[in-house]
Amino acid sequence: MDLDIVELSRLQFALTAMYHFLFVPLTLGLSVIVAIMETVYVMTDRPIWRQMTKFWGLLFGINFALGVATGITMEFQFGMNWSYFSHYVGDIFGAPLALEGLMAFFLEATFVGLFFFGWDKLSKIAHLVVAWLVAIGSNFSALWILIANGWMQNPVGAEFNPETMRMEMTSFFDVMFNSVAQAKFVHTVSAGYVTASVFVLGVSAWYLLKGRHEELARRSITVAASFGLASALSVVVLGDESGYATTHSQQMKLAAMEGMWETEPAPASFTLFGLPDQEARETKYAVHIPFAMGLIGTRSLTTEIPGINDLLDKSEGRIRSGIIAYDALMTIREQRQQSSPEVRATFEAHSADLGYAFLLKRYVEDPREASEAQIMQATEDTLPRVFPLFWAFRLMVALGFSFIIVMAYFFWRSSFRQQVYPRWALRLAVFIIPAPWIAAELGWFVAEYGRQPWTVDGVLPTALSVSHLSVMDLLLTLIGYVVFYTVLLIIEVALMLKYIRKGPFEDVEETRLWNIQHQQMLSGNQDLSHQTQALRE
Amino acid sequence: MILHELISYDVLRVIWWALLGLLLIGFAMTDGFDMGVGALLPFVGKTDVERRVVINTVGPVWEGNQVWFILGGGAIFAAWPPLYAVSFSGFYLAMFTVLAALILRPVAFKYRSKREDPRWRSSWDWCLFIGGAVPALIFGVAVGNVLQGVPFELTADLFSRYEGAFYAKFAGLLNPFALLTGLVSLAMLVTHGAAWLSFKAEGVVAERSRRFGTVSGLLMIAGYVLAGIWLATGIEGYALVGEVVANGPSNPLYSEVVRSDSWLSTYSERPWAAVAPLLGLLGMTMTVLGLRAGREGSTLLWSKLGILGTISSVGLTMFPFLLPSSLDPRSSLTVWDSSSSHQTLFVMLVSTAIFMPIILAYTAWVYRVLWGKVTEADVTDSHSAY
Repeated sequence: MDLDIVELSRLQFALTAMYHFLFVPLTLGLSVIVAIMETVYVMTDRPIWRQMTKFWGLLFGINFALGVATGITMEFQFGMNWSYFSHYVGDIFGAPLALEGLMAFFLEATFVGLFFFGWDKLSKIAHLVVAWLVAIGSNFSALWILIANGWMQNPVGAEFNPETMRMEMTSFFDVMFNSVAQAKFVHTVSAGYVTASVFVLGVSAWYLLKGRHEELARRSITVAASFGLASALSVVVLGDESGYATTHSQQMKLAAMEGMWETEPAPASFTLFGLPDQEARETKYAVHIPFAMGLIGTRSLTTEIPGINDLLDKSEGRIRSGIIAYDALMTIREQRQQSSPEVRATFEAHSADLGYAFLLKRYVEDPREASEAQIMQATEDTLPRVFPLFWAFRLMVALGFSFIIVMAYFFWRSSFRQQVYPRWALRLAVFIIPAPWIAAELGWFVAEYGRQPWTVDGVLPTALSVSHLSVMDLLLTLIGYVVFYTVLLIIEVALMLKYIRKGPFEDVEETRLWNIQHQQMLSGNQDLSHQTQALRE
Repeated sequence: MILHELISYDVLRVIWWALLGLLLIGFAMTDGFDMGVGALLPFVGKTDVERRVVINTVGPVWEGNQVWFILGGGAIFAAWPPLYAVSFSGFYLAMFTVLAALILRPVAFKYRSKREDPRWRSSWDWCLFIGGAVPALIFGVAVGNVLQGVPFELTADLFSRYEGAFYAKFAGLLNPFALLTGLVSLAMLVTHGAAWLSFKAEGVVAERSRRFGTVSGLLMIAGYVLAGIWLATGIEGYALVGEVVANGPSNPLYSEVVRSDSWLSTYSERPWAAVAPLLGLLGMTMTVLGLRAGREGSTLLWSKLGILGTISSVGLTMFPFLLPSSLDPRSSLTVWDSSSSHQTLFVMLVSTAIFMPIILAYTAWVYRVLWGKVTEADVTDSHSAY
């Protein structure tokens, strides 16, 4: 195995995926916020809400373009850089990607054009429907991607077929309703909603600080704070649900995130802070909260959570069992239909561990010839680096809770304090605009880095998943993506800032007329209608 | 689930082969004109307003059209995983070039008219040109290479390896026959784009489009005929030998493949297949005549039929081959040995049967809302136009 190829492929995937995810959360959340604003417009007929819809819609559009552009790469990258992965699990993994196209991407992309071009061509209601279809399409898209990713974390509903040398689907239902995928989906879209809420809140706060567009900014803050508060709560609750699911499906990831080296008597304590040391296999200067980990991870007082050392022992056992599976597989592949029922039975009994034998392929061509030292090395490999996981996870959680506090504060001011916001709070709102992006990227880091050394947990090692490429191929495209994406990002941010500075197009006259008409409707005063007529002229 | 046994494995494979073809045809029919329009943009639009008219004929719809491409990728992944795994890593740098060109498009459409600066706008116009012309050319080059066979082999673990250094993978693709098919593809989509512009634009833009479309249409016909003759005389085909197991497991190494005299022997075995190339030629000829005569709606329709015939002719010529291997013919991917499992094919077919009609219905609705010509006044008076 050429490790350079593996490392470069990983780097490229991490880069393009994290880049893509700079734009995705804002698309997910802003599409919904814009649709909410347009709903208020259609229900109240107040022009200010149409102006809000158009303004935030414009920023949505600038962001959406790059989301689409960077998304194109993702659909094809598996085949380009992860050829063996594509072959090995394409039978399961490809389906949600295709369904994303069928159910979600067509919807969002077909209607997004009409959202921008259809203002004069559609009735109010029809345009509102279009806005919601864009939002639904974007969110469905996340659903299928998270089903695909959830399967990589918790590969249910599939089994290995020796004839085709790949995993094949046994239950589409299990793949779709994978508990890990469902928790991840709600966690991820909620994170997108928080991102967009923080964005809308921050930009509106900036307008208030500058004393511009106050009408629009105050209303936007109200929407952002209420939507954001609900979403921020949902992120944390579903993050907890994700953690709970991880307790069952990815014990090693959980133990690494927590820096939990030894199995503690239940209920385990939660390590608030500490410095995990991979070499010494201990977490130094740890500050514990008694019982908390056991409660979060198992929701019981009596279930144990296994520590890293015990899990490594388990990995070693699975590697040895995997070698037996591999041996049987080789016989079956050679003899095909003629292979004896005994060999097939042996394979069946050990096939769940086949992936663990593949871990040895990094060190030896034929896992059956692995030395004891190589088996120990492969065992070590099943533990990802603890330190970055431990801290990335804690930082993400801290940010998650801080969003709840900020959103709750603005929600309170907006609902019970006549939408009056102190300047320090407005400054804070501007200051934290980048925070949800950091939290989202950290979340993906924990999910993906924490799954190492696997691309599909327990099934296919990352080192085996790559394509037959040269270092030159990968370097060239890597540099290409970096340069290309960076230029596009700079242009995007510049345009975004330009349009934020320029501010919304506020038709003051239209708003004033509408207010007068509205007053007249409320008071039933006929005389005013003449005045309105005069004003129009 | 026993439900998937309702349709036998071999039938499902043929259905998915046809669906893959239809997706590619859908892509070429819809996003094809977006790419053709992009390739024509710097030439049919001289002033900024003219160029904006050109861009706005596709502005509201290109994004939905591009999903045919994305879905094509997803469908290959879901229904033909070995094809997805082997082809995209094999055509690595070509794929990267296509993606880079396609990434330019969304950004160029969205950002071009957001600033007044003429240099800014002209740069994005050339990005749209690249985003249209380069993929159109490379798709054709890829087809030319597939017809000749691609130098890959599968190991016993079904890991695919390729012959040659990295640059050979790209430079090697650009052989004379593949360049010819690339040209055919580019000319076909440019003609299609011209037919679209003559339908959606008016005045001088439509006029120029008809002129360019006529020339590219004739080039397409000539190139297509030439490629056919070349295939008949200069390029070996591939054939399955021995018993064909159409219901077997998807392992390409289980079948035996040899080189045959010519791909075109297909047409003596299945004479009806000749309908496809004839439709391709008829469609393009009628398109050229329609552009000359200034007919609008019917010309666009003929151009679509031309695309249908041309792409089908490639698929039918090669059936059952998807990706033949020149290095190790036994590794060649065919319809019978490179699909997903029986169950996955069935689940995906059911999903497609449910969602494809819905997609077609709302796409048709969007086109109806946007019906009619894009005029200069539309572009200059509107806040929402690109």
